[in-house]
Amino acid sequence: MSDDDILVEVRDLKVHFPIKRGVIFDRTVGHVKAVDGVDLRIPRGKTYGLVGESGCGKSTLGRALLQLTPPTDGQVVFDGVELTTLPAGKLRTMRRRMQMIFQDPMSSLDPRQNVESILTEGLQTHGIGKDRDDRRRIIGETLDAVGLPRWALSRYPHEFSGGQRQRIGIARALVLGPELIVADEPVSALDVSIQAQVVNLLDELQDSLGLTYLVIAHDLAVVRHISDMVGVMYLGALVEEAPSDRLYTEPLHPYTRALMSAVPVPDPDVEDRRERILLAGDLPSPANPPSGCRFHTRCPWAQPTRCADERPVLREIGASRVACHWAEQIASGELRPHKVSAEVVRPEGEGETPGVVSAPSEPGSYV
Amino acid sequence: MALLEVDDLSVTFSRRGQRTVRAVDGVSFSVDAGEVVGLVGESGCGKSVTSLAIMGLLPKQPGLAVGGKAVFDGTDLLQLDDRSRRDIRGRDVAMIFQDPLSSLNPVIPIGLQVTEVLARHRGMKGAAAEKEAAALLDRVGIPDPKRRLKEYPHQLSGGMRQRALIAMAVACKPRLLIADEPTTALDVTIQAQILELLKELVRDSGTALVMITHDLGVVAGMCDTINVLYAGRVVETARRRPLFREPRHPYTVGLLGSVPRLDAGRGERLNPIPGSVRDVLPWPDGCAFAPRCSRRVDECVGEPPQLVLTYDGRGYRCVNPAPVPGTEPGQEVRDTVPTQAAPGSVPAQAEPNDPPTVPGLGPAPSEEETA
Repeated sequence: MSDDDILVEVRDLKVHFPIKRGVIFDRTVGHVKAVDGVDLRIPRGKTYGLVGESGCGKSTLGRALLQLTPPTDGQVVFDGVELTTLPAGKLRTMRRRMQMIFQDPMSSLDPRQNVESILTEGLQTHGIGKDRDDRRRIIGETLDAVGLPRWALSRYPHEFSGGQRQRIGIARALVLGPELIVADEPVSALDVSIQAQVVNLLDELQDSLGLTYLVIAHDLAVVRHISDMVGVMYLGALVEEAPSDRLYTEPLHPYTRALMSAVPVPDPDVEDRRERILLAGDLPSPANPPSGCRFHTRCPWAQPTRCADERPVLREIGASRVACHWAEQIASGELRPHKVSAEVVRPEGEGETPGVVSAPSEPGSYV
Repeated sequence: MALLEVDDLSVTFSRRGQRTVRAVDGVSFSVDAGEVVGLVGESGCGKSVTSLAIMGLLPKQPGLAVGGKAVFDGTDLLQLDDRSRRDIRGRDVAMIFQDPLSSLNPVIPIGLQVTEVLARHRGMKGAAAEKEAAALLDRVGIPDPKRRLKEYPHQLSGGMRQRALIAMAVACKPRLLIADEPTTALDVTIQAQILELLKELVRDSGTALVMITHDLGVVAGMCDTINVLYAGRVVETARRRPLFREPRHPYTVGLLGSVPRLDAGRGERLNPIPGSVRDVLPWPDGCAFAPRCSRRVDECVGEPPQLVLTYDGRGYRCVNPAPVPGTEPGQEVRDTVPTQAAPGSVPAQAEPNDPPTVPGLGPAPSEEETA
């Protein structure tokens, strides 16, 4: 990765949620390690894509980066400023420069606020615009940028279609003139044809405004389409990071390979030809992750040595960073995949009374 | 005679004081034994209502009208009374739903839910039924099936729940399986497992499968024949290779252009369909897709386009279809004999010799030829 102009740098970020039991005494019986030691850097004006299956911690990482979920450990440096230790007032002024787009536009927009009020709120909070007319002008320009008509201002979210609602969500983030936008599953609630419109809109906005994106999604095809750099997460940690073209042509980590082969491609010829790597079983519980390499329980290339007891660190191979002890041997074909039997994975601890996973109190909805 | 012949199926919901909704509007398709037929479309196109109507699962409410025929092995499923429909449902025709958590009963163990089917249709009881249920769970790839039988749905992961649901569906070796978005709620690696399982079941037992999905990637890997639905009608039907290689209906072209592909490079812009599903023209007034269509001509508005059949058994409902690369628009229809169309795939309202383009219009713009 080029070192010239890094906007965001995340160092060894950890977010652990306590698992609590008991009625009178809140005993902490363990931790869900949602994010467990992630390093990443996002250059200014580029798009970093984060993929992984549900429960891998990608959304928590996005929220922790914006300090919407307080990180347990580690640092987030935004344009030279360390965010984790920043006092609340200063953090709030920083928030103008980093905004978020949420997955479900219906539940992230207040149904009782009209579009003008939704867009004005942030401007007022940050004291942007001299008076009402000035704010109106800013809002009007933002609406044009996201492709919404001016009459939308007096309407309420329920009067719009899904794609238009997502445009309102994008406008709400853009109106403050941010530098970084964290988009958490920006298109997964939308229909295919609408999805393409929003993806193109995000691309165009980046070209015209020079935005930096962190795009979080489970759909590898979408992430690869929109990103310059893609990070693949598994159980709270990055397993591979590579330029998006390279990730497709030369996936190094076994999990990336399996993920790639599982994504359906709308082309019968490709579908019939390609080889599938089917993973056995489900994602292990993040409260009790496997020792060593977290993927070794499902990995078709797992070896008897090292994999089960030594946690691999991200190391550079070519332009990629990969966390696998045997990446070179797998790439050269020296190691062959073998069959893995599925292990039983429980949604929560062995069917006993489910423990209460309490997230640390959220710092409110000042977006 | 195909195993299932859906002929001119229509479902309307009407309510006093409100606009009548034609959710499904004259859908026809057929499924042969061992064949996988896909119904593809965006939300609101009527694909789920089609499956519920075939299964007789639409809620019985005033204002609901189901028309047309769905002939399964000689009996019209839509005309059956509840009792005989219950005999067929689960035994000959079974369904897999989208969300396994809401379609499994949360307060009954998995085992009991699987044996219920066995008891109702195969008269199995007690230990025999339990043994069979364990064998079924084992067949769909659930580890340690004996223990799973005593567990409740919340104790299983999403992929395992979907497997349990599939086990229930295939318990009586049905001849027709309808899968309504079976993998939409699942992660991609789990989706790959479930799709592989469905493919295996079809291959091993000769079960016919109707696959309902919005994901073009899923149908590309699975289906033999694909029907693309828009606003309650089939707008294009074709075998899978011709459909993906040479889509004719502008909506299919648009859908294929909208999907970001894993094997495409970074920086290529997608070609989305403008507008949204809300911008439809009612079918009697013309082509419902016309307001969003880039190939719209004057003939699109006025009367609904007829289904045009071409030589290889494909059909599209369009007066100005996307040209096939390398041929003059309309040429391939006039040059070939329409009787080569596969029997059984000729829906009632089709007009075989209808030329697809309006004469004198000249070659259409070719920007969306490739998608």
